[in-house]
Amino acid sequence: MNTRYHLDQTKAPIYEALEEFRKMRIVPFDVPGHKRGRGNPELAACLGEKCVGVDVNSMKPLDNLCHPVSVIKEAEDLAADAFGAAHAFLMVGGTTSAVQSMILTVCKRGDEIILPRNVHRSVINALVLCGAVPVYVNPEVNASLGISLGMKREAVAKAIREHPNAVAVLVNNPTYYGICSDLRAIVKMAHDAGMYCLADEAHGTHFYFGGGLPVSAMEAGADMAAVSMHKSGGSLTQSSLLLCGPRIQAGYARQIINLTQTTSGSYLLMVSLDISRRNLALRGRDVFHRVSDMGEYARQEINAVGGYYAFGRELRDGNAVFDFDTTKLSVHTLDIGLAGIEVYDILRDEYDIQIEFGDIGNILAYLSMGDRPQEMERLVSALAEIRRRYQKDPAGLLTQEYVEPQVVISPQEAFYADKVSLPLAESTGRVASEFVMCYPPGIPLLAPGERITEEILEHIQYAKEKGASMTGPEDPDIEQINVVQ
Amino acid sequence: MEMWFSEYHTPDVKLAMRVKKHLYQKQSDFQQIDIFDTPEFGRVLTLDGNIMLTERDEFIYDEMITHVPMAVHQGIRNILVIGAGDGGVVRELTRYDRVENIDLVEMDPQVLEACRMYLPGNACRLDDRRVHIYFENALKFIRRSEEKYDLIIVDSTDPFGPSEGLFTKEFYGSCFNALKDDGIMVNQQGSPFYEEDARAMQRSHKRIASTFPISKVYQAHIPTYAAGYWLFGFASKKYHPVDDFDADAWTALNLHTRYYTTRLHVGAFWLPAFLEEMLQEVEN
Repeated sequence: MNTRYHLDQTKAPIYEALEEFRKMRIVPFDVPGHKRGRGNPELAACLGEKCVGVDVNSMKPLDNLCHPVSVIKEAEDLAADAFGAAHAFLMVGGTTSAVQSMILTVCKRGDEIILPRNVHRSVINALVLCGAVPVYVNPEVNASLGISLGMKREAVAKAIREHPNAVAVLVNNPTYYGICSDLRAIVKMAHDAGMYCLADEAHGTHFYFGGGLPVSAMEAGADMAAVSMHKSGGSLTQSSLLLCGPRIQAGYARQIINLTQTTSGSYLLMVSLDISRRNLALRGRDVFHRVSDMGEYARQEINAVGGYYAFGRELRDGNAVFDFDTTKLSVHTLDIGLAGIEVYDILRDEYDIQIEFGDIGNILAYLSMGDRPQEMERLVSALAEIRRRYQKDPAGLLTQEYVEPQVVISPQEAFYADKVSLPLAESTGRVASEFVMCYPPGIPLLAPGERITEEILEHIQYAKEKGASMTGPEDPDIEQINVVQ
Repeated sequence: MEMWFSEYHTPDVKLAMRVKKHLYQKQSDFQQIDIFDTPEFGRVLTLDGNIMLTERDEFIYDEMITHVPMAVHQGIRNILVIGAGDGGVVRELTRYDRVENIDLVEMDPQVLEACRMYLPGNACRLDDRRVHIYFENALKFIRRSEEKYDLIIVDSTDPFGPSEGLFTKEFYGSCFNALKDDGIMVNQQGSPFYEEDARAMQRSHKRIASTFPISKVYQAHIPTYAAGYWLFGFASKKYHPVDDFDADAWTALNLHTRYYTTRLHVGAFWLPAFLEEMLQEVEN
C-alpha cells in the first residue's frame, strides 16, 4: 500500500455497489427502458449482458451524481485522495465539460482570463458560454518543428502586470505534444496576484502516478484541473475528472457542474472511473514507467531510421519547454518531404495503423498502458518503409507558424452577434464569429471575436490542401465563414 | 484413461488426436509452448494450442518451403530465416553446400530450448557452423538490413497471434529492402479453405503482390494443418518460380526428399479455380 494515500485505495465503492445490486435481482420498473437489455436484445448482443446489466438509473443504493451522498461520494473522495486534490468530481460529459465547469466556476461575464492561444476549443467555448474575455499569452514556437510550446514565465508575468484584474491563469499541462510550462512558478505568480490557476490536464492524467514525469497540477498547487481519465487513465471514452484545490468551494463548483451536466449520469462511465482510479493508485507507477520506456525506445528506433525527428526531453530549455512528457511520441516528418497529415494518412490507408493525429509538420502516436512492444515495432517499421517509398525533396513545405491572434471582441459577443456568411477569400479584415480548426488536435486557427488575416487564411487553405480534417464553421465544406456584421 | 489434444480450425470444426504423454509445458514471455507424444503423429509441438509441427508430417512443410526457392535461384548463399525455432527449415537448408550463412531470427528462445530437448529430428542442425541465431523481434532485426540476403524464409505462426507483425505491409517492404536485387522471399501463406483463414491469406497476398514484382502462390497437403491444405508465397525481384526453375541442376545435387520432386515443383504452382479467383481479386 502506497503511504502517500490516506484512504484505502483498494476499494472501488461504485463497482462494489453495482456488484451488490446485481445480486439483489431488483425488478426494474424505472429507466432505462431496455431493462437490463431484455427489451433490446440486439443492443445486448452487441455490448454484452454484463455491460447492459449495469446500465442502470440513480437510486438509493447506487447514489446520485447530481448530489452524491454515498457510493459516488466515496468514489470521489478516493479519487481526490489518489490525485492529491481537496475535492474530485466524477464527470460524464467528457473533459470538455470538466474544462468548461472549471472556467465557469472562476469566471463571470466580463472577467479577464489569461491563457495561451494553443488551448483546446472547449476552453474558448467556455468563454462563449460565460462571457469572459481572453487575454492571450503568446506560446513560444519551435520554428523548426512548427509546434507551439509552453508559456514563458516572463510572458505570464507581463500579462498579469498588464491585466491585474484578471481572475485566473489557465495552463496546458501538458500540450498535446507533451510540452509543459513552469507550472509551479505560474501558480505562484497567479496566487501572488490574487488570481486562480487552472490546468487543462486532458493529456496529463499519468503525471499523478509516474516517476520521472512532469509535475501534476495539484502537486504544483493549482486550484483546479480537468483530467482526461479516458485518455492515459484507461477509463471509458467521455469519462473524466475535475479536481479542486483547497481554495475552491466544492459546493459552488458542484452547482456549476449541475448547470450543464446530465441528471442521468451513466454508471458505465462512473464505474470505469472508479476501477481506473483504483488501478492507477495501486499500479500506476509501474504502468507509466513501462509506457515511458516504450516511448524512449520508440524515439531511439525512429531516429535511427533517419529523416524523421522523434523529439523528447532534449527540447527542455528551463522555460517555454520547462518539462517534456516522455509518454508522448511525436515525430517531425517534414525532412522526408511529407507533411505530418500525409504520413498519418499513409499509415492508416496502407499500413492499417491509426495514430492520434498528423498536423502540418508532425505526427503524434498516442502511447498508453494498452500498448505492446510488437505493435511498437510495426509502427517503427512502417515509418521506415514510408521513408523508403515516399521520401522526396522537402522544399516547398510550409512549417506551422504561430499567428498572433487579434482579439477584437469577446468570444461570446462575437458568437451571438448579427453575422453574415462570406466566402473565405473575401473575409480578410473581418471579425470571425465562429471557429476554424483542424481536428484533432482541436486547437483553433481562428476563434470567435478574432480578426481574420491573410496569414490565417493561407494557413487554413494549406491545411485543407494537405488533407487535414477541418471543423468549426457552419459550412461543412469550409468554403464560407460567418463574420460579425 | 483417454487423453486427447484438440485444436479448433473454426469455431465449428476441430482436429483431435489421442495423446500418449504430455512431454513439455511452458508459458514463455510470448506464448504457451507444449509438446505431446501421440500414437499417430509422433511428437507434436503446439504454440498457444495451435499445432506447429508433428514428427509425422513436418517433412512436407519443411521441404516445400526450402527446396522450391533453392531450386529456382542457383546463387543462394546468404539466407535469413524468420521464426522456425524448431529447426526443420534450417535442417533442410544446411543440406546445400553452397549455403554460406543462415541467420535465424526467432523471438522466443524457449521454443528452441524445447525443440532441442524433445524434437532432435528437427533441431539437429541448429549447431551447424553456418547458422547464427538471434533472439529478437524480426521487424526490428530486418529494419537494419539492406540488399543483404539472397533468400528470406518467413516461417511464422498464424496471423492472429504474436506473429501478426510478420503478415504486414511494413514487414514485406522491409524484406524487399533486405534482399539483393535477385533475391527471393518465401513465406507460409496459411490456408485458403475456411473463411477466416482465407481472408487472412488474401490480405497478406495483397500486401506481398503490391511489394514484389513477382508474387506467386504454391500449395501442399499437410494433414495436421487447417483443412489439410496449405499455401506458400513465392515473392521475388527477378526469378520466376517456374520459368527460371532449373530441374536438372537441382537433380544433379542428388538430395533425397520425401515430398518435394522437380515434377511436383511445377505442379504445386497450378492452383484450383476458386483459389486463382481469390488471388486475382486482390492482385489488382
